[in-house]
Amino acid sequence: MTKDDCKKLVIDIISDIAPDEDLSAIKPEIRLRDQLQLDSMDFLDIVMELRKRHGIEVPEADYAHLASLESCAEYLTPKFAAKA
Amino acid sequence: MKQTRIVITGIGLTAPNGNSLAEFRKNLLNGVSGITTVDVRFMGRHPAGMCTFDPLKYQKKKDVRIGTRVGGISIYCAREALADAGVNLETRDRSRVGIYLGITEHGNVETENEVYNISQFKYDTKFWTHHHNPRTVANNPAGEVSLNLGITGPAYTIGAACAAGNMGLIHAAQMLRLGEIDFALGGGVSESPQTFGIFAGFKSQNALAAHEDPTKASRPFDKARNGIVISEGGCIYTLERLEDAQARGAKIYGEIAGYHVNSDATDYVLPNPERQAECVRKAIVHAGMTIEDIDLVNTHATSTPQGDIQECQAIAEVFKGRSTPPHINNTKSFIGHAMGAAGALELAGNLPSFDDGVVHPTINVDELDPQCDIPGLVINHPKTGAKIDVILNNSFGMLGINSTLIIKRFAA
Repeated sequence: MTKDDCKKLVIDIISDIAPDEDLSAIKPEIRLRDQLQLDSMDFLDIVMELRKRHGIEVPEADYAHLASLESCAEYLTPKFAAKA
Repeated sequence: MKQTRIVITGIGLTAPNGNSLAEFRKNLLNGVSGITTVDVRFMGRHPAGMCTFDPLKYQKKKDVRIGTRVGGISIYCAREALADAGVNLETRDRSRVGIYLGITEHGNVETENEVYNISQFKYDTKFWTHHHNPRTVANNPAGEVSLNLGITGPAYTIGAACAAGNMGLIHAAQMLRLGEIDFALGGGVSESPQTFGIFAGFKSQNALAAHEDPTKASRPFDKARNGIVISEGGCIYTLERLEDAQARGAKIYGEIAGYHVNSDATDYVLPNPERQAECVRKAIVHAGMTIEDIDLVNTHATSTPQGDIQECQAIAEVFKGRSTPPHINNTKSFIGHAMGAAGALELAGNLPSFDDGVVHPTINVDELDPQCDIPGLVINHPKTGAKIDVILNNSFGMLGINSTLIIKRFAA
């Protein structure tokens, strides 16, 4: 699992959570909340979908790691690798 | 005491056989049922009434995902009613707008869905959605309308089993008369076919309809009726004080003439014809009318063997002594039992009678049950050339709640 693979999985989840958004031009370094209409309940949905689809747990203390696509990849790629 | 006059100025609805009043009415006059069959979780296919409105007409995909089915139904109906009334809320004080929606039940759908969801994860509750509570609070349908329209006045539901559709209108009229609000969205809504529990409950009660042709499954007053067809739907009215409606040149569908709500206090599920008759009588008195003034009675009858007979007994008792009986019909024969929406939808299906002079029939009566054979029944074919000035709408519910609403033709 590369970081790019990880980003694709996260975008898959976001596309279901924010189905009205255009995700084709997401800037990886920019906070997701600054470029998409996402609120705290949506981030809980991301956490839930990571748990359901991939068996990955994100403790509340680590939620900040989900801020941007880049930070998601940084944080989640090792977790995906550990699952492989 | 002279009461403030309250009028209906807009109607938005979705029924199993129509997504607008015009479409609904056309199908009621043409004998078109909206009942189909659906897969019910754990139970296989059963007759049900499902709506085909486009949720994305007034909501974003994300709002549909987060909200409930009945929230979407409510938003569709509220927006359609406002459009029909020609009212733009953005030019009004939205803190003076009230939303009052009758519901039979709420929350079962989402709770069942989540129990099923966690069953896929060995019942580990960490997979239970954080959306569960906002989806299941009893005010959810009204709250979703308030969010969608930016209405900051009172918005809540009225839990009154299957009497609830009338109750939404009654409560709206009361709040307008009290001066608590200046404009109301009142009616009833249902998402009941989304929950298997209501099917299973009626099945266990031997009160769930079964028929090889789903369009014939809901058959009030027919000798072979065997139970209820569960339906979804919604119908929301805009209601205003007469002077406000006239000041803006509103189209007026009819005037709230009178109503009554009472309770049987006798049984959890079995109706009580004595209390039903009392409810109808007191509504007529509240309207300042006599039994001679009622032109059309829309029955609550749900196609259960016992309930239909009891309502017929109650109506016959109230109207005995009239030389010419009122016209009596039933809308559930087309759309099944839309639960919280039933009373509101059934009234809407009959309001056009003021203008077209036609009474829609009760369909699917192949052999009239002699015990339901009361004077005035309009069966299988519309009754044309009828002069309808007053409609009496019955809606009754479990735990013995009865509501009767009387609407009269508007005359300045």
